[in-house]
Amino acid sequence: MTAVAAAPRPRRVAAATAPGRTRESRATRMGLGLAAWAVGLLFALPLLWMVLTSFHSETDAASPTPQVFAPLTLEGYRSFFGESSGASPWPSLINSLWAAGVSTVLVVALAVPAAYALSVRPVRKWSDVMFFFLSTKFLPAVAGLMPLYLIAGRLRILDNIWFLLIIYAAMNLPIAVWMLRSFLVDIPPALFEAAALDGAGLMMTLRRVIMPIISPGVAATALICFIFAWNEMLFARVLTGVTAGTAPVYLTGFVTSQGQFLAQVCAAATVVSLPVLIAGFAAQDKLVQGLSMGAVK
Amino acid sequence: MTTATQAAPTPTTVRPSTTDAQGFPTEPRARWARRAPLLPALVFMIVVTQLPFVATLVISFFRWSAFRPDDRGFAGFDNYAAVFIDADLRASVLTTIVLTVSVVLLSLAFGLGIALLLDRKFLGRSIVRTMIIAPFLVVPVAAALLFKHAIYNPTFGLINGVLGWFGLEGVDWISQFPLGTIVFQLVWQWTPFMTLILLAGLQSRDAEVLEAAALDGATPWKSFVFMTLPHMRRYLELAGLLGAIYIVQHFDAVFTITSGSLGTANLPYTIYQTLFTAQNYGLASAQGVLVVIGTIVVATFALRAVSSLLKEEASR
Repeated sequence: MTAVAAAPRPRRVAAATAPGRTRESRATRMGLGLAAWAVGLLFALPLLWMVLTSFHSETDAASPTPQVFAPLTLEGYRSFFGESSGASPWPSLINSLWAAGVSTVLVVALAVPAAYALSVRPVRKWSDVMFFFLSTKFLPAVAGLMPLYLIAGRLRILDNIWFLLIIYAAMNLPIAVWMLRSFLVDIPPALFEAAALDGAGLMMTLRRVIMPIISPGVAATALICFIFAWNEMLFARVLTGVTAGTAPVYLTGFVTSQGQFLAQVCAAATVVSLPVLIAGFAAQDKLVQGLSMGAVK
Repeated sequence: MTTATQAAPTPTTVRPSTTDAQGFPTEPRARWARRAPLLPALVFMIVVTQLPFVATLVISFFRWSAFRPDDRGFAGFDNYAAVFIDADLRASVLTTIVLTVSVVLLSLAFGLGIALLLDRKFLGRSIVRTMIIAPFLVVPVAAALLFKHAIYNPTFGLINGVLGWFGLEGVDWISQFPLGTIVFQLVWQWTPFMTLILLAGLQSRDAEVLEAAALDGATPWKSFVFMTLPHMRRYLELAGLLGAIYIVQHFDAVFTITSGSLGTANLPYTIYQTLFTAQNYGLASAQGVLVVIGTIVVATFALRAVSSLLKEEASR
């Protein structure tokens, strides 16, 4: 965490202490630091409130005055996991894990060779191909939803997790290709020449030269694809039902709930968001590169 | 998969005589060897994303509704005519524009401010950075549920609760400001995204140039206006463009917070309604085709911005 934020800018640190910067008074520096903290806390507040409420009893959660110091309990989590109602979120969580996990594996398997053919040994029209991939992200997914729904109905694969995960793979493949290409073009060509001179074949070059350099990039790409697939709700809601419903679809069951479900809703939101928070913080230093499809490093 | 990767050893290095001036192989076999690793991904994308759009186009010219299965046939431009006279749909176009523009502009403005704060050295900067990123890492439906029930709710929501501490009377936020509550929630979630991209932009400024400017007596405001902002233009454009792509298609908050009522139905929600509730396939397709045409118009401009980024890289 600390290393990540501090690492890329040793020069700016020097700049801050340089003579030209001393005009900025100590008070200004302190004030701006405090402002940053205030803004940070403000942004984290809804999230902290969600986690706190998830550990409160339903009565405290539904109190008109915010109960900050109310006793903590696991009641909300117990009712989310179906202690009294018997409705378990586990099948939907497993479906989500399956859809996001397998689609991510598929994406990486397709995107690594594709990114290679678009950078290291590029095909002639590589930039056209890049734009084709990008253009599919511009097209509103909702316009393709209807035929997919009809096709799935015709093939009797509605409510089938495999159909959903193929769509997720197509949704994330352009992001992965763009992102992985941005890692591959960073490898100095001299490395490939040196490997070729040493008589390394393609597989050897891939294993010994390319993979060690881009494996952190592949990991970050995979984490970001996982997040997008895990978060998706519209396609999952239309294309799945009872058996293949994912965690976000399960959450839509809380859209109309009222009062006495608040702790349970917060517990549900916390549990479903936990994998994304973990994946996101694991990929934190590459998050920008992924979200900008490799355009920003 | 493996065969595709193994097929790639191109003879370029072995037989340089068969490449053209730019180093691309000229022999058909060598050219296909280069294409081989790309083909699985390309074919997959065409099958899964392009064919459905062709199907959408075809269906949009048909009268086809699940509630009237016998009345199915060629309808010409009837569905398109229905789309254009549909007041709800026109309203949802406007809602989409208002929603996208306000969320993108607000989160860009907040994002730039926060990025400037985070670009400075202060105690606990990495903790603050983590707190700022966190909202982006909440599942969108979960975030919408959180705001709907735990924050906006008139009786036990956090906002009215805090107002109550100060003796102030709260309101029913969602029914009073339906679109505003959606915008607020989305700005909360998308500001971190903008912050991350803009912070990367700020950190790519040349420290020596800034230092030299400060030594030459440039005030912080002057170096912000004349050096930082021009440098940031590309990053602001990129962040705005990517944000717009995602927000135009946003569905979860509209579905969760207001269920599309009170004038908050955007295009994705309206198409979802036509498909899911009305089961009118022909009409939903026509809506989809028009959304695609609208997007292509906008995206043409957007792609031009991105292509300048690629050209810069190619000329490097």
